[in-house]
Amino acid sequence: MTYKKNSENYIENYGLSIGDTIKVHKEDITYTGILLDRPEDADDGYIVIKLSSGYNIGVAIEDTTAELVEKGDKPKIGYDETEIPHDDSKQNISIVSTGGTVSSVIDYRTGAVHPKFTASDLVKANPELLDYANYNVKALYNILSEDMKPEYWVKAAEEVANDISNGADGVVIAHGTDTMHYTSAALSFMLKTPVPIVITGAQRSSDRPSSDANINLIDSVIAAKSDIAEVCVCMHGSLNDKYTYLHKGTKVRKMHTSRRDTFRSINAQPIAKIENKKVSINPDYDYTKRGANELELNTDIEEKVGFIKSFPGISQEFIEYHIDKGYKGLVIEGTGLGHVPNNLIDSFKRAQDEKIPIVMTSQCLYGRVNMNVYSTGRNILDAGVISGRDMTPETTYVKLCWALGQSDDYENVKEIMQTNIAGEFSQKSSIKDFLN
Amino acid sequence: MDFDYEKLGLKMGLEIHQQLNSQHKLFCPCKTELVDDEFSELVQRKLRPTQSELGEIDRAALQESLRGLNFKYENFEKHTCLVENDDEPPHSLNEEALDICITIACLMNMHIVDEFHTMRKQVIDGSNTGGFQRTGMVATDGYLDTPYGKVIIESLGLEEDAARRVETKDGFTEFRLDRLGIPLAEITTDPSMHHPDQVREVAYMLGQILRSTNVKRGLGTIRQDLNISIAEGARVEIKGVQDLDLMAEIVNREVQRQLELIDIKKQLQDRNAEVLDEIHDLDELFEDTESKILKSAETIKAVVLKGYDGLIGHEVQPGRRFGTEIASYAKKRGVSGIFHSDELPAYGITQEEVDKVNDFLNIGEDDAFIIVAHDEDIAISALEEVKRRASLGLEGVVEETRKALDDGNTEYMRPLPTANRMYLETDIPLFKITDDRIEPIANNLPELPDVKQARIIEEYKLSEDLATQLVKRQEADMFEAILADVDVDATPVASLLAYDLREIKREGHDINVLTLNHFKDIFTLLADGKIAKDSVRKLAIETIKTPDENISEIAEKNNLTMLSEEDVVSIISEIVANNEGMVKERQMGAMGPLMGMCMKQLKGKADGSLVNKVVREEIQKLI
Repeated sequence: MTYKKNSENYIENYGLSIGDTIKVHKEDITYTGILLDRPEDADDGYIVIKLSSGYNIGVAIEDTTAELVEKGDKPKIGYDETEIPHDDSKQNISIVSTGGTVSSVIDYRTGAVHPKFTASDLVKANPELLDYANYNVKALYNILSEDMKPEYWVKAAEEVANDISNGADGVVIAHGTDTMHYTSAALSFMLKTPVPIVITGAQRSSDRPSSDANINLIDSVIAAKSDIAEVCVCMHGSLNDKYTYLHKGTKVRKMHTSRRDTFRSINAQPIAKIENKKVSINPDYDYTKRGANELELNTDIEEKVGFIKSFPGISQEFIEYHIDKGYKGLVIEGTGLGHVPNNLIDSFKRAQDEKIPIVMTSQCLYGRVNMNVYSTGRNILDAGVISGRDMTPETTYVKLCWALGQSDDYENVKEIMQTNIAGEFSQKSSIKDFLN
Repeated sequence: MDFDYEKLGLKMGLEIHQQLNSQHKLFCPCKTELVDDEFSELVQRKLRPTQSELGEIDRAALQESLRGLNFKYENFEKHTCLVENDDEPPHSLNEEALDICITIACLMNMHIVDEFHTMRKQVIDGSNTGGFQRTGMVATDGYLDTPYGKVIIESLGLEEDAARRVETKDGFTEFRLDRLGIPLAEITTDPSMHHPDQVREVAYMLGQILRSTNVKRGLGTIRQDLNISIAEGARVEIKGVQDLDLMAEIVNREVQRQLELIDIKKQLQDRNAEVLDEIHDLDELFEDTESKILKSAETIKAVVLKGYDGLIGHEVQPGRRFGTEIASYAKKRGVSGIFHSDELPAYGITQEEVDKVNDFLNIGEDDAFIIVAHDEDIAISALEEVKRRASLGLEGVVEETRKALDDGNTEYMRPLPTANRMYLETDIPLFKITDDRIEPIANNLPELPDVKQARIIEEYKLSEDLATQLVKRQEADMFEAILADVDVDATPVASLLAYDLREIKREGHDINVLTLNHFKDIFTLLADGKIAKDSVRKLAIETIKTPDENISEIAEKNNLTMLSEEDVVSIISEIVANNEGMVKERQMGAMGPLMGMCMKQLKGKADGSLVNKVVREEIQKLI
């Protein structure tokens, strides 16, 4: 129960519990309905009642009395487990949940939305899944996307590797969308995979009939069965419920706060389009084919990496602070081609002296870092700053975490940052790769 | 047809949906206006019933529910935003709309809730992009005194209007997003009305109350639904009763329908009627049929209804049979109709073919069959609905939502919604409605239209007709504001506002240009005798054209200013002198023709009574 002080006392004094049918008498009106819980962030001094019409109202408890009409049953959520048939002719797909709700059950009596994540729940909500594969479903952890931490990337990578060695023909990871592209980048560096690893989610929660979860999930399963043995993100390709895109895990970014087609390939094209359950692979794409790689897991990472956005008027302190605090590496989101105000360059030099690698990216997001064009850029390069090339700032950050996990040696880390590990950068900027 | 309503236990309630005239939509900043522009983008969507509605894993049931859940939404660059398209969370509650509801609640003696909770109500017919309608309870337990006694107003809700349906084509239903999100007040009475005239009266009174507040006017801005049942029948909700005058007819025809269905039920029970489960394939039987409808279908299927013979053709409303009821269920599955044994042979199906079917299906004397011709899965799905509805005939009246038709009949739309498919809209904070908010509204309630009308007649000595029009057209406030400052005869003011403005608008002038000051200027000129009554309309039009110009100059420039008495006398004496012959000959009999001539020249420039006086004097001078 999330009721606070006054309301909590009131409810206790009248011997009421959530789910009971009660009457609340005010001076000139009596409300009858089911006592419901109150959102955690709402004010004290009110109780919530669900009227017989289904509407909730808040009643200010001051100068009211309450009485119990009928004790409520503890709400029973969920359904009986169902046997999921196994079909030997179908591929085995692992579905791993990291949080968010791929399937939810609404309890209309209390109005609560319960996230569910067992295989049978998933199949109940999406029975058509059975047409495509056999499933092994696991809820790895349940955290909000914004609470994601590098240590969770490690857990996810281990789980995925485990599933693959146990015979999964593909893995689908359900993930909150806010930090999905960080996780996709992390798994790209941590895993060499013989099978597809597809990360997906929803921009509209799955308790809504309009949720994008179902299409994203089904298409992710289709992608997980495909020949594309890479870490990818599979999300809506447009505002229509029509097709999804499969984006390379290191080249994708959330670009809109709320639209369904928020994920976009940055400085790249999607690997494939999935429409009507068919995967059309972009012919220009040199993707890694199923079985081409042996499974390899390398989860060594360094979490103490700073991520700083430059802005007009930024002071040295931003850099100095991170060096003072013992950060092992820094990613800078510079302006334009990869610039910061000249007053930061001394701090960059200090980092260089202390063997702390700094990688420059651009807050333009689109295009390539090039620090040779202006004198400021050349000074930044002279201070030992590494170019992030055409990587997104987020991928660069994840890569630096991983690189610092691979080696303590400054030169080695610089070397890794300049090496293409998981298709995170390209040599060539295509005329097509902008705002799409 | 008149029934003994009391004996039948007729009970009725009203549900009224009224669009509010707030500046913005309920949860986004878009305007509350409908548009006829070309849409900028068409977005394609699907809706899925959420898990709690699915229950058991049933692939067929899911497929069924997904059939027809393909939608297209017309987005408008300027008129709609991402909120309507379900691509952005709702913004905060529109407080202007809430205040209008508080006004309505006060006028209906209701109890306003302490805290407004926005709910999601599942609607998966596509009319709401999210698959739910946002709605909340503003007030409960009010009442209205009516000539038939007190009617309880159970609840007042504030909710989003749905998207406008454009067409259904190629498996998609297309909606326009302009209407989605316009605030609606939903008023529900208790089901305590027992006579059709009472329902009509209450609906009228509710309409009057709503019209005194800031609500939308015009076609489609108010929708009346009727809840109706008789003791032996069941509750039926009739949607979209547009015309109050049709209310009594709709009630009578629904009572008739329920009585006929009860009659059918009794006969079916007497006959031990039964709907057989099997769906039969008749393709071979109709291989050589001449019936065009059957020939063009992929497959022809049928079900057997034991004991239903004659009852499918039983009339339940004028022109509508029990078979029509069954067909309307089947139509929801995509067929255009059914064929039943009570109406065959017909539609190119011969008696010989009917005999063959009877034979093949083992149809007994009391039995009936229903045929559906369509694509395989649609035919099966439609016949499942036929079986379901036919079986329900054994239970009498079915609880359903029906649509009001223009002739007073009704047609099946969908099952009655269950009350509790609602849960909290977590994207919108709870909203406290404090006394500080309610009191200023409660202390400044608008005058109800009938009260206002009576007062205006009394206070300004207006004709009932003019007063009615003023109130109906929401011009009464302007009328009173003008007369508060200008000491002028009330009738020309009222007739400009109540009648002329509408015509002026129809002629293509933008009457919104006219402000209170414009009206005051115009009528000050009239009060001062500077313009004639007849010139008011013309002056108003000219003012619309040059609203920033001084009113006297506008009048001057357009030749609308009255002449001085001297000028009038000199013009008239000239006219009379020119017609001296006629005056001499016809004496005072020349008055008529001369008045005509003078008025023709002086219209709008001299008062008619003055002209009359001068003409008379001038004639008398000559005779």
